[in-house]
Amino acid sequence: MITLNDYLILGAILFALGVMGLFINRKNLVVLLMCVELILLAVNINFVAFSRYLMNREGQVFVFFVLTVAAAESAIGLALLVVVFRHRQSINVQDLNQLKG
Amino acid sequence: MNPADWIEAGVFWVFGAILVVSAFRVITVRHPVHAALFLVLCFFNTAVLWILSGAEFLGIILILIYVGAVLVLLLFVVMMLDVEIEKLREGFVRYAPLGAIVGLILALELVYLFWAHALGFHGLTVALRVSARHDNTRALGVSLYRRDLYPFELAGMILLVGLIAAILLTLRRRTGIRNQNPADQVRVRARDRVRLVSPTPPRHGGPS
Repeated sequence: MITLNDYLILGAILFALGVMGLFINRKNLVVLLMCVELILLAVNINFVAFSRYLMNREGQVFVFFVLTVAAAESAIGLALLVVVFRHRQSINVQDLNQLKG
Repeated sequence: MNPADWIEAGVFWVFGAILVVSAFRVITVRHPVHAALFLVLCFFNTAVLWILSGAEFLGIILILIYVGAVLVLLLFVVMMLDVEIEKLREGFVRYAPLGAIVGLILALELVYLFWAHALGFHGLTVALRVSARHDNTRALGVSLYRRDLYPFELAGMILLVGLIAAILLTLRRRTGIRNQNPADQVRVRARDRVRLVSPTPPRHGGPS
């Protein structure tokens, strides 16, 4: 029998993998975006699981909004990525030091 | 346990395991294109888990919209940019222990929290299975268009702002290429372009 805990543990593992990816791939801007997607996915899994086990539909509505915002976020992020690549010919995060005070 | 529970448990463990393995591959794989493809696998497995838990509409839009639009856009950008992978992989070995430690601590803490009955819903099983005639899409639609209409419209505005921002960011005017400007073409007047001259008949005996 699958309990709510199993879903939550799956979400926790996925979240930790996403955070781990942020640390490991700290040079590659594209993979950083993918890690953010992973983290959002973990949160959405938790929402859907709670929505099912607590018999409440609002969790699914919230996942809907999270997906919307995530889509807008990744579109703008990719646009910024393209602009950065056009300026610097690189997507290495360590080259982005122009705003350093 | 009746057979339906066995099937549910089997689907959950198999697809959950594939999900975790592919998420691990996303963060460790060498090439960004491969990482994006593993991310697609992650999303497919998640969609299966969501459909398993009765959120069919979300599972379908996760595949149709998220995989079909957002991740394909990501893949486009990755393939379009000509990045040298070796340079981006430089610090991988150096950062890997730190990332592993942080991720392990985070995962262990969260898993311990869920296992330690700390949240009061330990062993909460599904109270009643959704009947086959339950229409998840309809229920979600009623919710979205009735109670949450205002947030729904705000979500539309967010998408519009994102669209405009993405277009404005990537728009660039290139100089030195020949292109048409329709506004100039429409605004032109006849006397700027055409000069009427009265033709004079050629004279006989003139210099040839």
